[in-house]
Amino acid sequence: MDSRTTPGRRLRRRELLKMTPLAAAGLLLNASARDRIVGGGQELADRISAVAFQPAHLAPVFADRDVTPFERYPLNSYLVDDPDVDLDGWRLSVSGLVQRPGDYTLDALAQLPRIVQNTKHVCVEGWDVIGNFGGVRIADFLAHVGAVAGARFLEVRCYDDYYESIDMESARHPQSLLCDEMYGAPLSRGHGAPLRLMMPVKLGYKQAKYVTSIQVTSVLAGRRGYWEDLGYGWYGGL
Amino acid sequence: MRPEAVEHPAAVRLSHWVAAGAVAVLVMSGLEIFAAFPSFGGKIPQHDLLALPEAIRLGGWLGGALQWHVTFAALLMAAGFAYAVYEAASGNYRQVLFACRDLAGVWPMVRHYVLRAPKPVVRGTYNPLQKLAYTAALALGFILAVTGMALYKPVQLSWLVTALGGFGMVRVWHFAAMCGLLAFIPGHLVMVALHGWRNFVSMWVGTRA
Repeated sequence: MDSRTTPGRRLRRRELLKMTPLAAAGLLLNASARDRIVGGGQELADRISAVAFQPAHLAPVFADRDVTPFERYPLNSYLVDDPDVDLDGWRLSVSGLVQRPGDYTLDALAQLPRIVQNTKHVCVEGWDVIGNFGGVRIADFLAHVGAVAGARFLEVRCYDDYYESIDMESARHPQSLLCDEMYGAPLSRGHGAPLRLMMPVKLGYKQAKYVTSIQVTSVLAGRRGYWEDLGYGWYGGL
Repeated sequence: MRPEAVEHPAAVRLSHWVAAGAVAVLVMSGLEIFAAFPSFGGKIPQHDLLALPEAIRLGGWLGGALQWHVTFAALLMAAGFAYAVYEAASGNYRQVLFACRDLAGVWPMVRHYVLRAPKPVVRGTYNPLQKLAYTAALALGFILAVTGMALYKPVQLSWLVTALGGFGMVRVWHFAAMCGLLAFIPGHLVMVALHGWRNFVSMWVGTRA
């Protein structure tokens, strides 16, 4: 019998083993430790999501007959359904790591290739609808304004003070749109007129409405997104 | 310690208790997630299928519940993977996994437990009914992991969502598999209680001594 198997050591080890559930429960009952653990788990999940993202993999697209009727397309707003955007005076302000910063009109966007697609809008709550969306690729717009090679994030601000930030890979996905049309008509006020994001590779809370400014950055500032700062995952990828 | 005295190897004990804790967290946070949209269909019309009491939910709100859920899903999948590697490498899976030859032994065990018939002779560590229950629980865990990943990444895994019948159906499978796993737990706890304290302790420390 070697020293590892002496009764004293075995007993100590057994007592320690019996303590582990108490230690685990204690950690999870302590609020700050608990927040650190589950917050860290979500950060890890975000990091795995970014690594697993396939930039060329397309989200499913659907036939026109499968599109959810417009009147059944849900409206989820964070403040009001209509923040009263001044549509005539609206400009998209572009700043940060771009060669051509400035204010862009909808007409300027109209110079870029138009995309119309039937894609799914998936809400973090668990429902999803298929919508018809028209607009320009975020990737094309980034090339238009001359986003520099090292840029990593888009920080998006909205008329209703909603805010979002998007990783560059998802923003540059070929189906990620600056969307100004739904169902063949200009965006309604409830759906984010005059411009919203529509990225089928992201959850609904990333699809900011009433977009007024886009800042291209290489480091994320403290404010990462309205819901994300309350606890939703930042990556929000599908 | 004689090797044959070790009833449950450390890898099995560790993964068992990680799974026990993680399943409790995942079920409760999962119910909070379900409560955010307690239906399986489209947004409108929404049918609230269940009114879930606050006490069996975890996370406080959808965002909190999702943090718990992804954290413990990652932990459980890691433990499940480690368990699978251990079982495969050690050959122990042969005493746990249900095989065709166990089929004939299931009904005599049911008769023994339910109708108080004499206990059949059991070859191996676990009886056929036990192997069936453990195998079913492991299979349900695997289904929960696969459907959970499909729900978390329905675009990256769009082929999987299609194969499983669409996003709404994946939610149904995920929920149904949870119900199946919940059905396993009371039977498991009753059998543990019937087999006494020393049997229970051996799942902590490895031996009955």
